[in-house]
Amino acid sequence: MTEKIQFKLNGESVQLTVDTDRMLLWVLRTDLGLTGTKFGCGESFCGTCTVLVNNLAVRSCSTPIKYVHDKEIVTIEGLAKNGKLHPLQKAFMDHDALQCGYCTPGMIMNAYSLLKKHPHPSDAEIVEGMDDNLCRCGAHTHIVQAIHVAAKEMGGGL
Amino acid sequence: MKNDQYSGLEFLEQPPGNEISRRDFFKSAGSGIFLLFTIGDSLFSGQDRQGRPQRGVPTDYNAFLKIGEDGRVSCYVGKIEMGQGVVTSLGQMLADELDVLLESVDMVMGDTDLCPWDMGTFGSLSTRSFGPSLRMAGAEARQVLLELGSEHLKMPADRLTTENGFVLDSTNKQHKVAYATLAKGKKIERRPTGKVSVKKPGEFKIMNKSLIRRDAQEKVTGKAKYAGDIQLPGMLHARILRPPAHDSKLISADISEAKQVDGVQIVKEGDFVAVLHKYPDVADTALSKIKAKFETPKSDLNDKNIFDHLLKVAPAGKLVAMDGNLQAGESGAKSLVEATYFNDYVAHSPMEPHTAVANVEGGKATVWASTQNPFTAKEEIAKALGFPSENVRVITPFVGGGFGGKTRNLQAVEAARLSKMTGKPVQVAYNRKEEFFFDAFRPAAVVKIKSGVTDKGKTSLWDYHVYFAGERGTQMFYDIPNYSTIAYNASWVGAQGSHPFLTGPWRAPGNNTNSYAREMQIDMMAEKAGMDPVEFRLQNIVNKKMLGVLKAAAQKCGWKPAKSPSGRGFGVACGVDAGTFVASIAEVEVNKSTGGVRVKRVVCAQDMGLVINPEGATIQMEGCIMMGLGYALTERVMFKGGEVLNRNFDSYEIPRFSWLPKIETVILDDKEADPQGGGEPAIVVMGGLIANAIYDAIGVRLYQLPMTPERIKEGLKKG
Repeated sequence: MTEKIQFKLNGESVQLTVDTDRMLLWVLRTDLGLTGTKFGCGESFCGTCTVLVNNLAVRSCSTPIKYVHDKEIVTIEGLAKNGKLHPLQKAFMDHDALQCGYCTPGMIMNAYSLLKKHPHPSDAEIVEGMDDNLCRCGAHTHIVQAIHVAAKEMGGGL
Repeated sequence: MKNDQYSGLEFLEQPPGNEISRRDFFKSAGSGIFLLFTIGDSLFSGQDRQGRPQRGVPTDYNAFLKIGEDGRVSCYVGKIEMGQGVVTSLGQMLADELDVLLESVDMVMGDTDLCPWDMGTFGSLSTRSFGPSLRMAGAEARQVLLELGSEHLKMPADRLTTENGFVLDSTNKQHKVAYATLAKGKKIERRPTGKVSVKKPGEFKIMNKSLIRRDAQEKVTGKAKYAGDIQLPGMLHARILRPPAHDSKLISADISEAKQVDGVQIVKEGDFVAVLHKYPDVADTALSKIKAKFETPKSDLNDKNIFDHLLKVAPAGKLVAMDGNLQAGESGAKSLVEATYFNDYVAHSPMEPHTAVANVEGGKATVWASTQNPFTAKEEIAKALGFPSENVRVITPFVGGGFGGKTRNLQAVEAARLSKMTGKPVQVAYNRKEEFFFDAFRPAAVVKIKSGVTDKGKTSLWDYHVYFAGERGTQMFYDIPNYSTIAYNASWVGAQGSHPFLTGPWRAPGNNTNSYAREMQIDMMAEKAGMDPVEFRLQNIVNKKMLGVLKAAAQKCGWKPAKSPSGRGFGVACGVDAGTFVASIAEVEVNKSTGGVRVKRVVCAQDMGLVINPEGATIQMEGCIMMGLGYALTERVMFKGGEVLNRNFDSYEIPRFSWLPKIETVILDDKEADPQGGGEPAIVVMGGLIANAIYDAIGVRLYQLPMTPERIKEGLKKG
């Protein structure tokens, strides 16, 4: 059903008139032109499309846009502040926690949500929290390392 | 033919190439100093293995570099970046030879209008084949700069040196001139003279040093553009009507309901039916409203009986290598080992599905595609559109993983056809089901080996038959006096009537299958000889590089000799791929009631000659280990006739964080040797490695990959 909805996207207010059954991923990528969030599997299995809704990681490929009404969405494009990379972005970069880079935005957004829950995560907590985000290149070792480094850098705060 | 006489490399058959004239290239290239060169070493000499010239391979040059008026150095080459890190490693080589900062080097890659023709990015060739030519070109360009600097500074060239983009007086470094100044207003075109030498290892400043990826910042901020991120004004997203199974024929398609969706455009040309809309999800909704009938030919083939079928239809064998006398080998053996090995079909499943955006207008086509071979895509698109190939430009943005799977370009052809039909820019992005359906899988394969070991624990016989995997990786590094290797269907593409769908090259094609069979067989021979598997290998290997990596891996892991099965869950395997030697040791734990395997630790030692970027090489090794766990333990394509049954990550299970073993890598850096491949070698040992470790843990040999919990439980039941 086509309705007016509003939400905050990377800190800015957005108002849209859309079919509210459409999935958030496609509205972000096509209507709003934010292509940092990727399509991977379309059925919530891979985590490539992960974004934050009210600071929690959600799979945008399977989240109808009506659920984000009046909520705050953050995508990979909104993570850096005032030209300064977020500690997670910096840690992924400095620790080579990526290869092809296609899963990277989803990994970072999911890690953000993980650190919200476990500001000082153990290896086991990282593995559990990241387990449904898939990486085919096999950058896992470095991703775990980068999340530890970012957690330390942030000292418990996001 | 003996082992050392064949390369073990396989290249795709190439379509006729289309060389853009040099004039066209330089028309828009601006001023500067240009060095034209050829990727022309022994691996890729423009000739096939029979010495015939390969069609489409340029005879004059296929890469060039430019030193521009702004002092920037650009290298134009048709290779692509798909995560393997060549934007960094190639840049390092060039910057070091030219004495410029890495930051001032631009790699211009995979654009068929800007770059000279290239075969494609596969075979771990970018560094080992292109690298030496690139270094040579950099050194030659430096020589040109020294000559120009000599004129400018009015000093003999032998008193000059170069540093950070300047030619300078070696005794008075304030007396200098920038490369930018020397290139200003010039149009100098040079070919390599062959008289200049590249730097020696002691002179490296940028090469052989660990650097992080140059494309990382774009990738962590979401700015990196992949094919699906290209958005053109008025672009439509297409969803295409797909058959339920391979070889199905469309009988009818009722589009009346789909047509009702607001803003939708439907095109039909024969059995090619597509729904287009400005939003891809709305196109999807409309596509689901098409009522289509397909006729699917009956087939009894499935993932269980495929091996009987393959053995039945296998073409005559081709002798790949032989020496000695098999009968003598057999009679000299104290024990014989005979076994047959199987592996299932495996998918590439890169995280980025095949995607393309095409804009066809005014008789010209521009296509952005996720592809490993843009120049092949260009020819395919030109043929489909009926355009002369010079009217087609393929641009390769970042590619979200390839692994050999992005060498067929159906999605790019479809996008181009639809753009021509609609007159608008069109994006075709496969969903995951299409990705699994159209993938050219790693072929199911069978290996039969009969081998012998003497009473002194020396290998005496190796009678090897491989069906459908290909010959890559069959080259023996064990010292066996009597051997024969025969390949039945020696290519990854099956002869007509063999596979029920497309098969193709998959990261180190053939070698994963061949190394799995070989390393398990060697383990069984060690057991027959009553020896520890590492000691047995050390006793039967003469190649120094292989001995080096095996000893390094054993040392790193703290190997304590024991006969297998020791109950500890330790396995070892060796392999060679793309000129690189690998030895790995793994420790596993097997849950006997569930059949589940937990790989706790993998130690991998590798000798890849000169290492350009040790950090990049390490990451590739780790990636190979993680990806290799998939084909070893879970990955297999299930099918019924031409219908692929597992088409998303719920039913096709790839490795994930909870699988992550402790990974330890060792690189034996041979600075004096040419650099070898890095993207594939460490994956080839993973099947045999895990199989041997499982045997050591529970005493069960698993003759089929993947070693799923069901197969392990079945093995335990049989004893």
